[in-house]
Amino acid sequence: MTAWLSATWPWYVAGPVIGLFVPALLILDNRVFGISSSLSHICSALAPGKIEYFRYDWKRAGLWNLTFVAGVLIGGFLAWHFGGAHAVAISPATRATLTQIGIHDFSGLAPRELFSWSTLATLRGFVAVVVGGFLVGFGTAYAAGCTSGHAISGLANLQLPSLIAVFGFFAGGLAATYFILPWLMGGR
Amino acid sequence: MATALTNFDGCGAVGEGEPEVRPALLPVYLVLGILFGVALTRSEVLSWFRIQEMFHFQAFRMYGIIGSAVVTAAISLALMRLLKVKSATGGLIAVPPKTLGSGIRYAAGGTIFGLGWALTGACPGPLFALVGTGVTVMIVSIACALAGTWFYGLVKPKLPH
Repeated sequence: MTAWLSATWPWYVAGPVIGLFVPALLILDNRVFGISSSLSHICSALAPGKIEYFRYDWKRAGLWNLTFVAGVLIGGFLAWHFGGAHAVAISPATRATLTQIGIHDFSGLAPRELFSWSTLATLRGFVAVVVGGFLVGFGTAYAAGCTSGHAISGLANLQLPSLIAVFGFFAGGLAATYFILPWLMGGR
Repeated sequence: MATALTNFDGCGAVGEGEPEVRPALLPVYLVLGILFGVALTRSEVLSWFRIQEMFHFQAFRMYGIIGSAVVTAAISLALMRLLKVKSATGGLIAVPPKTLGSGIRYAAGGTIFGLGWALTGACPGPLFALVGTGVTVMIVSIACALAGTWFYGLVKPKLPH
Protein backbone atom coordinates (compact mmCIF):
# COMPACT_ATOMS: atom_id res chain seq x y z
CA MET A 1 0.00 0.00 0.00
CA THR A 2 2.72 2.45 0.95
CA ALA A 3 5.19 0.92 -1.52
CA TRP A 4 4.81 3.99 -3.79
CA LEU A 5 5.87 6.14 -0.85
CA SER A 6 8.98 4.16 -0.02
CA ALA A 7 10.33 3.06 -3.38
CA THR A 8 12.43 5.17 -5.71
CA TRP A 9 10.22 5.85 -8.71
CA PRO A 10 11.56 4.89 -12.13
CA TRP A 11 11.99 7.85 -14.49
CA TYR A 12 8.99 6.88 -16.63
CA VAL A 13 6.72 7.15 -13.59
CA ALA A 14 8.32 10.24 -12.03
CA GLY A 15 8.35 12.32 -15.24
CA PRO A 16 4.69 11.90 -16.25
CA VAL A 17 3.54 12.41 -12.63
CA ILE A 18 5.50 15.70 -12.45
CA GLY A 19 4.21 16.73 -15.90
CA LEU A 20 0.59 16.19 -14.82
CA PHE A 21 0.84 19.09 -12.36
CA VAL A 22 0.64 21.45 -15.37
CA PRO A 23 -2.87 20.37 -16.50
CA ALA A 24 -4.00 19.78 -12.89
CA LEU A 25 -3.34 23.40 -11.87
CA LEU A 26 -4.86 24.74 -15.09
CA ILE A 27 -7.99 22.65 -14.77
CA LEU A 28 -8.39 23.57 -11.12
CA ASP A 29 -8.25 27.35 -11.50
CA ASN A 30 -6.18 28.37 -14.55
CA ARG A 31 -2.90 28.63 -12.65
CA VAL A 32 0.44 28.20 -14.40
CA PHE A 33 2.74 25.67 -12.73
CA GLY A 34 5.90 27.36 -11.42
CA ILE A 35 7.66 27.41 -8.06
CA SER A 36 10.14 30.28 -8.12
CA SER A 37 7.42 32.94 -8.08
CA SER A 38 6.84 31.94 -4.45
CA LEU A 39 10.15 33.66 -3.63
CA SER A 40 8.87 36.93 -5.12
CA HIS A 41 5.58 36.57 -3.27
CA ILE A 42 7.37 36.14 0.07
CA CYS A 43 9.52 39.22 -0.67
CA SER A 44 6.40 41.13 -1.64
CA ALA A 45 4.64 40.08 1.57
CA LEU A 46 7.53 40.66 3.97
CA ALA A 47 9.72 43.42 2.59
CA PRO A 48 8.39 45.16 -0.51
CA GLY A 49 10.09 48.44 0.48
CA LYS A 50 9.87 50.98 -2.27
CA ILE A 51 10.76 48.41 -4.91
CA GLU A 52 8.31 48.52 -7.79
CA TYR A 53 8.84 44.84 -8.66
CA PHE A 54 7.35 43.81 -5.30
CA ARG A 55 4.50 46.28 -5.25
CA TYR A 56 1.71 43.99 -6.38
CA ASP A 57 -1.13 42.18 -4.65
CA TRP A 58 0.79 39.11 -3.49
CA LYS A 59 -2.29 37.45 -2.03
CA ARG A 60 -4.14 37.68 -5.29
CA ALA A 61 -1.18 36.60 -7.42
CA GLY A 62 0.44 34.16 -5.08
CA LEU A 63 -1.56 32.83 -2.14
CA TRP A 64 -2.28 29.65 -4.11
CA ASN A 65 1.42 29.32 -4.91
CA LEU A 66 2.58 29.82 -1.31
CA THR A 67 0.05 27.21 -0.13
CA PHE A 68 1.35 24.81 -2.77
CA VAL A 69 4.95 25.42 -1.65
CA ALA A 70 4.04 24.78 1.99
CA GLY A 71 2.66 21.46 0.76
CA VAL A 72 5.94 20.68 -1.02
CA LEU A 73 7.80 20.98 2.28
CA ILE A 74 5.27 18.72 4.03
CA GLY A 75 5.44 16.25 1.12
CA GLY A 76 9.21 16.03 1.49
CA PHE A 77 8.77 15.31 5.19
CA LEU A 78 6.10 12.62 4.64
CA ALA A 79 7.96 10.83 1.86
CA TRP A 80 11.23 10.78 3.78
CA HIS A 81 9.95 9.95 7.26
CA PHE A 82 7.23 7.48 6.40
CA GLY A 83 8.71 6.14 3.18
CA GLY A 84 12.11 5.53 4.64
CA ALA A 85 15.44 7.18 3.99
CA HIS A 86 17.93 5.52 1.75
CA ALA A 87 21.09 6.42 -0.11
CA VAL A 88 20.63 7.70 -3.65
CA ALA A 89 21.73 4.99 -6.08
CA ILE A 90 23.73 7.15 -8.44
CA SER A 91 25.71 5.56 -11.25
CA PRO A 92 29.15 4.11 -10.36
CA ALA A 93 30.68 6.61 -12.80
CA THR A 94 29.24 9.58 -10.90
CA ARG A 95 30.32 8.10 -7.59
CA ALA A 96 33.84 7.74 -8.93
CA THR A 97 33.87 11.28 -10.36
CA LEU A 98 32.63 12.79 -7.09
CA THR A 99 35.01 10.71 -4.98
CA GLN A 100 37.84 12.04 -7.12
CA ILE A 101 36.96 15.66 -6.34
CA GLY A 102 36.73 14.88 -2.63
CA ILE A 103 33.13 13.88 -1.85
CA HIS A 104 33.03 10.93 0.54
CA ASP A 105 29.59 11.03 2.16
CA PHE A 106 27.07 9.29 -0.10
CA SER A 107 24.60 8.38 2.65
CA GLY A 108 21.87 10.99 2.21
CA LEU A 109 20.25 13.23 -0.41
CA ALA A 110 23.17 15.67 -0.33
CA PRO A 111 26.78 15.23 0.85
CA ARG A 112 27.42 16.39 4.41
CA GLU A 113 30.79 17.83 3.32
CA LEU A 114 28.83 20.66 1.73
CA PHE A 115 25.36 20.64 3.26
CA SER A 116 25.38 20.62 7.05
CA TRP A 117 25.30 23.25 9.76
CA SER A 118 28.83 22.33 10.84
CA THR A 119 30.30 23.01 7.37
CA LEU A 120 28.32 26.19 6.75
CA ALA A 121 31.22 28.36 7.93
CA THR A 122 33.76 26.63 5.67
CA LEU A 123 34.42 28.14 2.24
CA ARG A 124 32.92 25.16 0.41
CA GLY A 125 29.82 25.00 2.60
CA PHE A 126 29.31 28.75 2.34
CA VAL A 127 29.59 28.76 -1.46
CA ALA A 128 27.29 25.75 -1.90
CA VAL A 129 24.58 26.85 0.54
CA VAL A 130 24.75 30.64 0.72
CA VAL A 131 26.16 31.73 -2.65
CA GLY A 132 24.28 28.93 -4.43
CA GLY A 133 21.01 29.90 -2.77
CA PHE A 134 21.49 33.57 -3.65
CA LEU A 135 22.17 32.70 -7.30
CA VAL A 136 19.06 30.51 -7.42
CA GLY A 137 16.91 33.38 -6.13
CA PHE A 138 18.49 36.07 -8.29
CA GLY A 139 18.66 33.92 -11.44
CA THR A 140 15.08 32.65 -11.29
CA ALA A 141 13.70 36.15 -10.73
CA TYR A 142 15.80 37.57 -13.59
CA ALA A 143 14.86 34.70 -15.91
CA ALA A 144 11.21 34.85 -14.72
CA GLY A 145 11.13 31.14 -14.00
CA CYS A 146 12.94 28.02 -12.84
CA THR A 147 12.92 24.35 -13.76
CA SER A 148 9.16 24.06 -13.25
CA GLY A 149 8.13 27.35 -14.87
CA HIS A 150 10.50 27.26 -17.85
CA ALA A 151 11.77 23.71 -18.38
CA ILE A 152 8.37 22.09 -17.82
CA SER A 153 5.50 24.61 -18.22
CA GLY A 154 7.35 26.78 -20.73
CA LEU A 155 8.77 24.06 -22.97
CA ALA A 156 5.42 22.24 -22.94
CA ASN A 157 3.85 25.50 -24.14
CA LEU A 158 6.53 25.65 -26.90
CA GLN A 159 7.84 29.03 -25.78
CA LEU A 160 11.11 30.32 -27.23
CA PRO A 161 11.94 32.34 -24.05
CA SER A 162 11.79 29.11 -22.04
CA LEU A 163 14.08 27.30 -24.48
CA ILE A 164 16.63 30.11 -24.14
CA ALA A 165 16.31 29.93 -20.35
CA VAL A 166 16.84 26.15 -20.34
CA PHE A 167 20.02 26.53 -22.43
CA GLY A 168 21.11 29.07 -19.80
CA PHE A 169 20.33 26.61 -16.96
CA PHE A 170 22.68 24.12 -18.58
CA ALA A 171 25.40 26.63 -19.43
CA GLY A 172 25.49 27.75 -15.80
CA GLY A 173 25.11 24.24 -14.41
CA LEU A 174 27.94 22.85 -16.50
CA ALA A 175 30.23 25.75 -15.59
CA ALA A 176 29.59 25.20 -11.87
CA THR A 177 29.96 21.41 -12.20
CA TYR A 178 33.20 21.37 -14.19
CA PHE A 179 34.96 24.46 -12.84
CA ILE A 180 33.56 25.80 -9.56
CA LEU A 181 32.88 22.57 -7.64
CA PRO A 182 36.26 20.90 -8.35
CA TRP A 183 38.03 24.15 -7.41
CA LEU A 184 35.92 24.44 -4.27
CA MET A 185 36.63 20.88 -3.14
CA GLY A 186 40.32 21.16 -3.98
CA GLY A 187 40.71 24.54 -2.36
CA ARG A 188 40.07 23.05 1.10
CA MET B 1 -2.24 52.32 -1.72
CA ALA B 2 -4.12 49.83 -3.86
CA THR B 3 -3.71 51.98 -6.93
CA ALA B 4 0.06 51.89 -6.55
CA LEU B 5 0.14 48.13 -6.99
CA THR B 6 1.44 46.79 -10.26
CA ASN B 7 0.96 43.39 -11.83
CA PHE B 8 3.36 40.65 -10.87
CA ASP B 9 5.38 39.73 -13.95
CA GLY B 10 7.56 36.91 -12.66
CA CYS B 11 7.45 33.17 -13.08
CA GLY B 12 3.98 31.80 -13.74
CA ALA B 13 2.53 35.30 -13.85
CA VAL B 14 -0.85 35.65 -15.48
CA GLY B 15 -0.87 39.44 -15.20
CA GLU B 16 -4.14 41.28 -15.66
CA GLY B 17 -6.31 38.19 -15.60
CA GLU B 18 -4.96 36.79 -12.33
CA PRO B 19 -8.10 35.71 -10.49
CA GLU B 20 -8.52 36.09 -6.76
CA VAL B 21 -7.84 32.76 -5.09
CA ARG B 22 -10.93 31.04 -3.71
CA PRO B 23 -10.40 30.13 -0.05
CA ALA B 24 -12.15 26.81 -0.65
CA LEU B 25 -9.40 25.86 -3.10
CA LEU B 26 -6.51 26.44 -0.69
CA PRO B 27 -6.71 22.92 0.85
CA VAL B 28 -6.61 21.52 -2.69
CA TYR B 29 -3.42 23.47 -3.42
CA LEU B 30 -1.97 22.19 -0.17
CA VAL B 31 -2.71 18.58 -1.13
CA LEU B 32 -1.32 19.09 -4.65
CA GLY B 33 1.81 20.61 -3.09
CA ILE B 34 2.19 17.60 -0.78
CA LEU B 35 1.90 15.27 -3.76
CA PHE B 36 4.51 17.32 -5.62
CA GLY B 37 6.83 17.17 -2.59
CA VAL B 38 6.42 13.38 -2.47
CA ALA B 39 7.12 13.21 -6.22
CA LEU B 40 10.29 15.32 -5.90
CA THR B 41 11.50 13.12 -3.05
CA ARG B 42 10.67 9.71 -4.48
CA SER B 43 11.97 10.63 -7.93
CA GLU B 44 15.15 11.81 -6.17
CA VAL B 45 15.33 14.93 -8.38
CA LEU B 46 15.87 16.91 -5.16
CA SER B 47 19.17 15.13 -4.60
CA TRP B 48 22.45 16.98 -5.18
CA PHE B 49 23.86 13.63 -6.35
CA ARG B 50 21.23 13.27 -9.10
CA ILE B 51 21.92 16.81 -10.31
CA GLN B 52 25.65 16.04 -10.47
CA GLU B 53 24.92 12.81 -12.34
CA MET B 54 22.90 14.85 -14.84
CA PHE B 55 25.49 17.59 -15.36
CA HIS B 56 28.19 14.95 -15.81
CA PHE B 57 25.97 13.17 -18.41
CA GLN B 58 26.47 9.90 -16.56
CA ALA B 59 22.86 8.67 -16.47
CA PHE B 60 19.75 9.02 -18.57
CA ARG B 61 17.48 9.26 -15.53
CA MET B 62 17.16 13.05 -15.07
CA TYR B 63 16.80 13.60 -18.81
CA GLY B 64 14.14 10.90 -18.90
CA ILE B 65 12.25 12.54 -16.03
CA ILE B 66 12.36 16.10 -17.39
CA GLY B 67 11.74 14.93 -20.98
CA SER B 68 8.73 12.78 -20.13
CA ALA B 69 7.36 15.53 -17.85
CA VAL B 70 7.52 18.02 -20.74
CA VAL B 71 5.93 15.56 -23.18
CA THR B 72 3.13 14.75 -20.71
CA ALA B 73 2.46 18.44 -20.07
CA ALA B 74 2.63 19.31 -23.80
CA ILE B 75 0.17 16.56 -24.78
CA SER B 76 -2.17 17.64 -21.96
CA LEU B 77 -2.04 21.27 -23.11
CA ALA B 78 -2.65 20.31 -26.75
CA LEU B 79 -5.61 18.13 -25.78
CA MET B 80 -7.10 20.80 -23.53
CA ARG B 81 -6.86 23.36 -26.36
CA LEU B 82 -8.30 20.95 -28.90
CA LEU B 83 -11.23 20.10 -26.65
CA LYS B 84 -11.57 23.73 -25.48
CA VAL B 85 -11.46 22.61 -21.86
CA LYS B 86 -12.53 25.12 -19.24
CA SER B 87 -11.13 25.32 -15.76
CA ALA B 88 -13.30 24.13 -12.90
CA THR B 89 -13.87 27.74 -11.85
CA GLY B 90 -14.81 28.83 -15.38
CA GLY B 91 -12.77 30.40 -18.14
CA LEU B 92 -11.01 28.79 -21.05
CA ILE B 93 -7.68 27.30 -20.11
CA ALA B 94 -4.85 29.58 -21.15
CA VAL B 95 -1.10 29.74 -20.63
CA PRO B 96 -0.11 33.35 -21.31
CA PRO B 97 3.13 33.28 -23.34
CA LYS B 98 6.18 35.05 -21.95
CA THR B 99 7.36 38.05 -23.94
CA LEU B 100 10.72 37.51 -25.57
CA GLY B 101 12.06 41.08 -25.57
CA SER B 102 15.77 40.99 -26.29
CA GLY B 103 15.95 37.55 -24.71
CA ILE B 104 18.82 38.68 -22.49
CA ARG B 105 16.91 38.12 -19.27
CA TYR B 106 16.32 34.47 -20.16
CA ALA B 107 19.91 33.79 -21.22
CA ALA B 108 21.58 35.72 -18.38
CA GLY B 109 19.06 34.89 -15.66
CA GLY B 110 18.97 31.27 -16.79
CA THR B 111 22.76 30.98 -16.63
CA ILE B 112 22.90 32.56 -13.17
CA PHE B 113 20.20 30.18 -11.94
CA GLY B 114 22.08 27.26 -13.53
CA LEU B 115 25.20 28.12 -11.49
CA GLY B 116 23.12 28.10 -8.32
CA TRP B 117 21.28 24.92 -9.33
CA ALA B 118 24.53 22.94 -9.66
CA LEU B 119 26.01 24.41 -6.44
CA THR B 120 23.00 23.83 -4.19
CA GLY B 121 21.88 20.78 -6.16
CA ALA B 122 18.38 22.14 -5.87
CA CYS B 123 15.99 24.33 -7.79
CA PRO B 124 13.31 26.19 -5.80
CA GLY B 125 10.85 23.27 -5.37
CA PRO B 126 13.52 20.90 -4.04
CA LEU B 127 14.84 23.60 -1.67
CA PHE B 128 11.55 23.42 0.21
CA ALA B 129 11.22 19.63 -0.07
CA LEU B 130 14.79 19.15 1.23
CA VAL B 131 13.98 21.08 4.40
CA GLY B 132 11.07 18.67 4.86
CA THR B 133 13.35 15.65 4.47
CA GLY B 134 15.55 16.97 7.25
CA VAL B 135 18.36 18.74 5.38
CA THR B 136 17.55 21.72 7.57
CA VAL B 137 20.61 23.72 6.52
CA MET B 138 18.68 24.39 3.29
CA ILE B 139 16.65 26.92 5.33
CA VAL B 140 19.75 29.09 4.91
CA SER B 141 19.65 28.48 1.14
CA ILE B 142 15.99 29.53 1.04
CA ALA B 143 16.78 32.68 3.01
CA CYS B 144 19.62 33.45 0.59
CA ALA B 145 17.35 32.74 -2.39
CA LEU B 146 14.90 35.26 -0.95
CA ALA B 147 17.77 37.74 -0.62
CA GLY B 148 18.70 37.03 -4.25
CA THR B 149 15.16 37.61 -5.47
CA TRP B 150 14.91 40.77 -3.38
CA PHE B 151 18.23 42.01 -4.82
CA TYR B 152 16.90 41.38 -8.32
CA GLY B 153 13.88 43.55 -7.52
CA LEU B 154 16.23 46.26 -6.34
CA VAL B 155 18.51 46.30 -9.40
CA LYS B 156 15.87 45.35 -11.99
CA PRO B 157 15.66 48.84 -13.51
CA LYS B 158 19.41 48.75 -14.19
CA LEU B 159 19.52 45.30 -15.81
CA PRO B 160 19.09 44.54 -19.52
CA HIS B 161 15.92 42.52 -20.22
